[in-house]
Amino acid sequence: MPPATRTRLERALLAVCFCTLALYPWLYSNYLSTTLTQWLPDTSTAFVILAFTVMGLGLNFVVGYAGLLDLGYVAFFAAGAYVAGWLASEQFANAGSVVFGGTVLPKTPGIHLSPWLVLLAAALFSALLGVVIGVPTLRLRGDYLAIVTLGFGEIIPQFVRNGDNLGGFNLTNGAFGMNGIDGLGFGNTVHHAIHTLPSNFLNELDSRWYYWTALALVVVTIVTSLLLRDSRLGRAWIAIREDEDAAAAMGVPLMRTKTLSYAIGAFFGGAAGAMITLQAGATSPDAFSLQVSIFVLCMVILGGIGNVWGVTLGGILLAYVNYKGLFAAGNTFNSTFGTNVDISQYAYLIYGVAIVLFMLVRPEGLIPSARRRAELVEEPEEENVGAEASPA
Amino acid sequence: MSANGGDPLLELEDVHVFYGAIHALKGVSLRVDPGQIVTLIGANGAGKSTTLRTISGLLRPRNGSLRFEGKDIVRASSQRIVRLGIAQAPEGRQLFSRMTVLENLEMGAFQRRDRSEITSDLERVYELFPRLAERRTQKAGTLSGGEQQMCAIGRALLARPRLLMLDEPSMGLSPNLVDRIFEVISDINQQGTTILLVEQNAARALEVAHRGYVLETGRVTLADDATALRSNERVRASYLGEA
Repeated sequence: MPPATRTRLERALLAVCFCTLALYPWLYSNYLSTTLTQWLPDTSTAFVILAFTVMGLGLNFVVGYAGLLDLGYVAFFAAGAYVAGWLASEQFANAGSVVFGGTVLPKTPGIHLSPWLVLLAAALFSALLGVVIGVPTLRLRGDYLAIVTLGFGEIIPQFVRNGDNLGGFNLTNGAFGMNGIDGLGFGNTVHHAIHTLPSNFLNELDSRWYYWTALALVVVTIVTSLLLRDSRLGRAWIAIREDEDAAAAMGVPLMRTKTLSYAIGAFFGGAAGAMITLQAGATSPDAFSLQVSIFVLCMVILGGIGNVWGVTLGGILLAYVNYKGLFAAGNTFNSTFGTNVDISQYAYLIYGVAIVLFMLVRPEGLIPSARRRAELVEEPEEENVGAEASPA
Repeated sequence: MSANGGDPLLELEDVHVFYGAIHALKGVSLRVDPGQIVTLIGANGAGKSTTLRTISGLLRPRNGSLRFEGKDIVRASSQRIVRLGIAQAPEGRQLFSRMTVLENLEMGAFQRRDRSEITSDLERVYELFPRLAERRTQKAGTLSGGEQQMCAIGRALLARPRLLMLDEPSMGLSPNLVDRIFEVISDINQQGTTILLVEQNAARALEVAHRGYVLETGRVTLADDATALRSNERVRASYLGEA
């Protein structure tokens, strides 16, 4: 049953969570004691955590809704990152200076589009890449699809690594990656009109604006997820996940429906990739390892495959552990016992153990979707009506 | 031959289907006239389900022609075939077991946009199968075998098909339920839906059908009126269990 009637308690809880998140930068710098803040991420780390949560939610369209195991989701992260590099840096300085709402001074060489346009372009490009990858591969099922997506997750970074000389054209800057990528911001024109909107978030004293941008994207992704889940398309995804043949017999166009889940997932993966790159100011092929795909997949599994709230929680938790929790735990451990262990070195060991434990103890995730719970806790069939002797 | 002068609803001519190198249908020809119940009988592996899957567009024939209301549907996608008016309750029922009964029925109407008509068809299915109405919010996977079959038939009916194809609807059901299912098949037909029925239970199938085809290892070996088939020596020996 879809939770059509959310209880009052759930609504209240949701409102409190959202307000806390929205006010987090302010709480962090003004009200939290140092004993607490050494465990909590600063605002720019919190930005990265939220950006990765968007990726988890994006992958949930593919893995959670349509039931397609994608082990190469990092390809879309890469696509988004490079679109950001192309459209907001000096990579194409030869093209002259195209500053269209960008967050740089006029006449800066290269292409510098408004970062908001860059985000949209990155998402759209990534979705297009999703279609291009999806059309030939989504005919495969189950494990075979997983293997091929794994392949694409490796092909894209390799392409980027070797894309510095495509018939003499330097598209990707090769193994060095791209640097000097513009920050997010509203650009000078808007800033001059409305002074409260900063021209470039990098010029702001802290990274609150980045954080809020990521939070806004999380909200957009959640709302899209919820709307699509209860739509005709969402039903079709679930039908395909349940039984592909039966779905086809009902008239569900398999390829179109699966490709759409892939493209929508890629859309948000690309947006998150671009956003992270616009904050970091640089990107390189080394950032696109298999670990990223697995990391994002873990968010979906940990949170509860198919459940938007579960995946949001799983994403925030896992990204927190990765970007802050482990360091904090390591520091506390070292200062308590006077040791000098670098716990973050063992991150993947710890994730591995955590995933195994989770699969054993709570395979449905932190907040399972109602459907998944039913799948994992099989109800006994009431009456498997007796065998009937058919005439030979 | 019952073939009247009118145009057939569905016509297969010399259809060949392969699973890889395996020649599953070796030139099947059959016709279904509007308003009739036509049954395909035959042993396991004779090609009955393959024939239905081919008509549904889930398998592609290598040669031969498939026509529905005169339109060539050999190249049509499965969703187009549903839209044209052919729905199937597949073998083994293939419900979406983690969806509710109501959600399953709604999936049957996936290709339709006429909301109010869907609601009235839903009511009709509930009238036909009151058990489904009682269990509309229950997960389909928790239904009994008979209820699952009802749900599968109901789901196919919600596509509002002109041709309803049923694949072994009596499979695995208790004798009581088999009676009930065949009653319903007759009812649906009397309300105007043409039915193509695949059955192993040849005796019951030939009782309700107007016309029958006997399939053996991918070939139609007999085609006649149901009453004629029932008295045919070979059919009696091989399929009706009479010596």
